[in-house]
Amino acid sequence: MNEHNVRNFNINFGPQHPAAHGVLRLVLELDGEIVERVDPHIGLLHRGTEKLIEAKTYLQAIPYFDRLDYVAPMNQEHAFALAVEKLAGVTVPKRGQLIRVLYSEIGRILSHLLNITTQALDVGALTPPLWGFEEREKLMVFYERACGARLHAAYFRPGGVHQDLPHELVEDIGKWCDPFLQTCDDIEGLLTDNRIFKQRNVDIAVVKLDDAWAWGFSGVMVRGSGAAWDLRRSQPYECYSELDFDIPIGKNGDCYDRYLIRMQEMRESVKIMKQCVEQLLGKEKIGPVSATDGKIVPPKRGEMKRSMEALIHHFKLYTEGYRVPEGSVYAAVEAPKGEFGVYLVSDGSNKPYRCKIRAPGYAHLQAMDFVCRGHQLADVSAALGSLDIVFGEVDR
Amino acid sequence: MSQALKDLSDYLVEVKGNLIDRAELAYDELTLIAVPGNLIELMTFLRDDAQCQFVSFIDICGVDWPGRADRFDVVYHLLSPRQNFRIRVKVMTSEDVPVPSLTPVFPGADWFEREAYDLYGILFTGHPDLRRILTDYGFEGHPLRKDFPLTGFVEVRYDDEVKRVVYEPVELRQEFRNFDFLSPWEGTDYVLPGDEKAKG
Repeated sequence: MNEHNVRNFNINFGPQHPAAHGVLRLVLELDGEIVERVDPHIGLLHRGTEKLIEAKTYLQAIPYFDRLDYVAPMNQEHAFALAVEKLAGVTVPKRGQLIRVLYSEIGRILSHLLNITTQALDVGALTPPLWGFEEREKLMVFYERACGARLHAAYFRPGGVHQDLPHELVEDIGKWCDPFLQTCDDIEGLLTDNRIFKQRNVDIAVVKLDDAWAWGFSGVMVRGSGAAWDLRRSQPYECYSELDFDIPIGKNGDCYDRYLIRMQEMRESVKIMKQCVEQLLGKEKIGPVSATDGKIVPPKRGEMKRSMEALIHHFKLYTEGYRVPEGSVYAAVEAPKGEFGVYLVSDGSNKPYRCKIRAPGYAHLQAMDFVCRGHQLADVSAALGSLDIVFGEVDR
Repeated sequence: MSQALKDLSDYLVEVKGNLIDRAELAYDELTLIAVPGNLIELMTFLRDDAQCQFVSFIDICGVDWPGRADRFDVVYHLLSPRQNFRIRVKVMTSEDVPVPSLTPVFPGADWFEREAYDLYGILFTGHPDLRRILTDYGFEGHPLRKDFPLTGFVEVRYDDEVKRVVYEPVELRQEFRNFDFLSPWEGTDYVLPGDEKAKG
């Protein structure tokens, strides 16, 4: 073949591709096996969440957040609840905070389990998903026992959480912790020193810290590049400042470091969960789980049978909803994938005037071109897996 | 926290007061209001100044206020991991006045500006590739504007005869119901249907 016949090759990766983790269409420009340009086409799962939220009351907006990052639903609700609480000036009782932290960490493990195991699947290992999904199933049952739904929880409400947890459930979560550490060891035994896994991930998709900040990365993506930055520590919300846990950071900023961090974060999450369980069964065994003034959180059924005022509150909160003072706030949580933020603009009525959802995956995915350029075609799926993309939150 | 933010706000007004129209502190958050012409200079300063170091780009979004002459707010969020501050910068613009693109300062602004263009129709000058991102190929209109109906204008379905997806005008079996439960006893400024007759 002479020089003239050599030309770049364009291929479509997706929108239906098992390694695309959803509905991603990547237009790749290849020079042989080398990726020259990546153009992700997103929006195939766009549902207009922000527009819909503008037409709903604050309470009705909650379920839309479950449908963003559907791998860790409650962490998304958390950001919205924090934003509303900040505007309305509501504080959550201690037991409510502990339950929120407990379920946020369950969400983190759910998400990391899915990400680690499917990333292993993308680079050729079939066993980790089978082992990891067994544990995810158990965690889903904890979700179900708390709120009645495995995925679309609508459990974190502004003012607290929807219902109290039964003590048996808290005990069962406590009993789940230690055997899970064993499962972590097992999965790690399959991957961490695995020659193929290392060949596919070490020194792939290296991101320097300065670039990571400028591209809007957050969460594991900046920690992998060496920043000890975790919103749970640096801008603590709920009762994270009272809990004992460590923040793992990476050195090289490659796919392998990010995998190691996620693995370690699951262990740290278990540590947090154990502390929550201990407090929920100990000194916070009884108490309110949501704000009690009746102006934001609807009263319990039993109260309504006796108190006229509670009945009126219930009726008003489920029809008109509550008004949130005028103003705008930005509230962010350390979601499993990074900083998940909600920019909420209120005009003083019962509906959000504007609710911008800042999804970490959106910022990560736009760097695909930057991250993959010059890599082999086969590395695209490894890089994509380690960015931890879920299309629910990218497309909104 | 709020004292440190107050200091930062005073410092910014003192050093770069010519670029900032107003600085507001509310809900423990600092907002700077600027004009689009000064945006790039202000953002570069916020990123590079030793006392600011807002190196982490967080978000760009539009907000629509149809009643205003400059109907759009473009809201920028930045984070300073070193100083542990967040800051918000707001500029106002209208449908046909473009805002300078932030991509030379923060490469991560790329998709966020495309999104603001797609959903609001805000124009950015100097953006390398300003095309739609979230909506369908060939979509018309800017869906997050307040005058865009929630139900949209077209719907799609697979047509078995022509063997492809076809676009048709939205046909609702029932008119979209907008339940307005806002209590009239708490100082609303709208007139309930029927009340206008009472005056005459």
